[in-house]
Formats: sequence, C-alpha cells, structure tokens
Amino acid sequence: MEGVLHQVLSGIASGGIYASVALALVMIYQATHHVNFAQGEMATFSTYIALTLINFGLPYWIAFVITVVVSFVIGLLIERILMRPMMDAPVLASVGVFIGLLLIINSCTGWAFDYMIKTFPTPFPGGPVLFSGYVSGHELGATAVTLVVLIAVYLFFRHTKLGLAMRAAAFNPVSSRLVGIRVGWMLALGWGLAAAIGAIAGMMVAPIVYLDPNMMSGILLYSFAGALLGGIDNPLGAVLGGFAVGIIENLAGAYLVGTELKLTVALIIIVSVLVVKPSGLLGRTVLSRV
Amino acid sequence: MPVLLEARGLHAGYGETHVLHGIDFAVEQGGVTALLGANGAGKTTTLRAICGMVRTSGEIRLGDERIDGRATEDIVQRGVAHVPDGRGTFVELTVEENLKLGAYIRRDRDGIARDFDRVFGYFPRLRERFRQQAGTLSGGEQQMLAIARALLLRPRLLLLDEPSFGLAPLIVQEIFAIMHRIRAEEGVSILLVEQNASLALEIAEQAYLLETGRIVISGPAAEIRRDESVRRSYLGY
Repeated sequence: MEGVLHQVLSGIASGGIYASVALALVMIYQATHHVNFAQGEMATFSTYIALTLINFGLPYWIAFVITVVVSFVIGLLIERILMRPMMDAPVLASVGVFIGLLLIINSCTGWAFDYMIKTFPTPFPGGPVLFSGYVSGHELGATAVTLVVLIAVYLFFRHTKLGLAMRAAAFNPVSSRLVGIRVGWMLALGWGLAAAIGAIAGMMVAPIVYLDPNMMSGILLYSFAGALLGGIDNPLGAVLGGFAVGIIENLAGAYLVGTELKLTVALIIIVSVLVVKPSGLLGRTVLSRV
Repeated sequence: MPVLLEARGLHAGYGETHVLHGIDFAVEQGGVTALLGANGAGKTTTLRAICGMVRTSGEIRLGDERIDGRATEDIVQRGVAHVPDGRGTFVELTVEENLKLGAYIRRDRDGIARDFDRVFGYFPRLRERFRQQAGTLSGGEQQMLAIARALLLRPRLLLLDEPSFGLAPLIVQEIFAIMHRIRAEEGVSILLVEQNASLALEIAEQAYLLETGRIVISGPAAEIRRDESVRRSYLGY
C-alpha cells in the first residue's frame, strides 16, 4: 500500500510538469488549431536563456521574468516569419514544418549551449518536505506555479475580450475578419503566450531532470498524451490530463510493464484516446445541426 | 438622396475565374438596395468584393473614401457589417459570445449594452438562447443571430447575403418583417442580395439585376415590380 501511495505522489509531482507543457500545447491549439511539436524544444531553449542570465548574476525571479518575456517575443516572431506563409497549406505540410522546427531548435540549442548536462537552480526551499518526504519543496512549488498559470489561462480565454477573439480567430478566421479581428495577430499572440508558458514549464522541470538539449523530448510525449486525454481544446483538461498521465505512468511503470516501457504507456494513451474519445475527457464535443 | 456606397467598373474573380465584368451600382444613404439574380450571377461575389474578401479591380467608394484594395478588417472598421451567405456563425461558441464578437471593435460599453437590448427587442428568441452553443440553433435562429451580430457593430452599411436561404417560408416572413422594422428604426443603409425577388422588391427602393457578372436592369424597385415582362423573363414570377 505504501508503495502505491509513493508512486501516486511521485506521479502527481511529475504530472505537474506534464501539465504545464500540456498547457502550452493547448494554448497554441486553441489559437491556431495546430499542435506545436516543437513546443518542448522551445521550452528547453528558453531554459538555457534563463540559465545564462542567472550565470550573469541576475537574481532568479528577474531572470525568470526576462526569460518569459523574451520567449514570448521569440514565439511571436516564429509565427509571423515561419507560420504565416503556411496559413493556407495542408495540415500535413504544417506538421512537417513543426517537426523541422523541432530538429532545428534542438540542434541550435546544442550548438549554442553545448551538450554537457547542467544543473538549474530552484527558487523554492529545497529538500523533501511533505508526505513523509516523497514530495520535495521544489515539486510542490512547481505544481503551485502550474496551477497559477492554469487559472490565468482559463480566465484569459473565458473572460477577456482578447481571449474570445483568439478563440474566434482559430474557429472561424473568415467570420472573425468580418467583425474586425486581426486574425494574423491573434495567431502570433497565441504562439507568444504558448512560448511563454513553455518557458515557465522548462524552468520548473530543469531542477528535477537536469538541463541538457534533449531534456524535453520524453516530457513532450507525456504532455501530449496528457493534453489529448484531458481534451486538446481545454486548459483545465490539459492540466488534469497531465496529472493523470503522471500517475498512470508511475503506477504502470511500477506494477504493470516495468520502467523500460513507460514511454510506451504514453503512446498507448494517445492512441486509445484518439480511437475511443478524440475530444478527450473534458474536451467540448461540438454539435452541429446538419 | 445622397449615396453611401458606390462602385464603378468593378471587376472581381477567384483565381482564374472572372466573375464580375465591370459593374456599376450605388447604395443610397438610409435606404435598401436590392441586388437580384440567379445562382452564379455574381451576387455573393459582389458583397465579398465590397469587403475586400476577393481580388478586385475598379473603384469602390464608401462615403468619400476609396475602400477597394483594403483589408477586410479595415473596411469593417469603417462601419461595414457583412452577413455572409451561410450565416458565418461561430458555431462552436455560444450565442452570447457570437453577439459580443459583433461589437468587438467598439469601446463604448454603455452603447453596446443599449444595442444588446435593442437587438433582443428585434429577436427575443436570442435572449432565451443566450448561453446555448450557437451551432444548436435552428436555421432561422442562426439567421437572426447573424443579423443581430451585424447590427451590434452599429454599422453604416449592412450587407445581407440571401437571408432567406434554406429557411421555411414562415420563418422567412418573420425575418423580413423584422427587417422592415430595422430599416425604419435604425437608419442603416442596406444592400440586400436575394434570390427571392418578390420579397426583396417589397422592401427595397432601388434594385439591380445581375446576370453572369453584368448588370442588365437597374432602377426603382417599384417600377421593376410593376413591369410584368421583366418579372416574367428575369425574376420568374
């Protein structure tokens, strides 16, 4: 019994990380109806920027804020420069571009910052803290940060004019133009926000798994599974999905398939969700009268 | 009557296809102008040309400004609300969200609130269905929603693309009755594209008839309505 509890708590802790990256994926999906496969690599790159600023001597939270802002701008620029010409391209072409972006950013990160594993500081008081030492201060802090970001994203999309405009632009760009929404800028904004969220996720993950250019590759898969499980168009779903995947991964790894097949569990989740209920547990199934 | 919208020598098309072949027309300030014609005549293309949604050449003037060649969002900023064919509803969003988007470019909160009330006055059913997902509304209700959304812009010019399309005759009558009220109470100029010529000629002052991208008849709606030969050969009734 204690073993199960341990796995569940560990799962919640890692789930928090999947949840934050899943949030970034949902953000871009809500704004553009595309899945950004390069999300993880962008987050890694942002984390390196933060590390560079910290090594320069800047206090943690100042480096944090600057990194988030810089990541926002980078995300915006990527959309305006790379994605804009792809606007009318078939979906498969966009997917190709995303994967290409993934590879390019990954290599650039390695080239600019080298491949040696680095440690990344945490702003939260350290050491195993809660639940007989299964959850560390950092994991708790990271989960709290994820929840704050989640609430902010939810409020933004549901209760602000700009959030509504972004959702409208993704659902129906033609009608959006007819009410005066500048659709191009809505897409860019979505990318910027997703990049910013990804940066936050990266900075929360790095203290746990250590920073190297491939830090996010496994995490992206779990996050993707979490986002799909919860509903790719629902921020709350993405976060719950992320936590669920964390718990499932740990329990499955410990009791079912062994640790070698943990990533496979993520893939199984992805395929099952798409086959059984593509909109996810909390996703809105859109009804349309014919 | 001063003219709000004027087009001169308007050509428009999609890719290789040339649809409008240099047409001239005008919409009078405060009045209803009907644009009639069969399927494929170019009526929808004309409305899209005004909104900058298709490639055009020729002149389009709104007031004293040229709007040809401008982006759709800029034209909307100048007070042109377009209810497209097929309604253009945001089906995944709620009725409330659809209406809020209609007023997207406006900043006057009190004015918007008053306009919401006015719009519910025309279409009380929208108040009942306020929080419903727009895609679950019937065809007639979605048409009402589309017109309400356009009115929330407080436009100078309202472009209506086939409001009767796909609707039961009773609903069409209801909507046109409301349109008579809107025309009387709002002071907005309307360019009405319709296949249902008799309904359109009842509400319009001026009418144009499009045939394969050219204007073949134009003049006061009352005259066209009275002219039996025109009605029989071109309008089918």
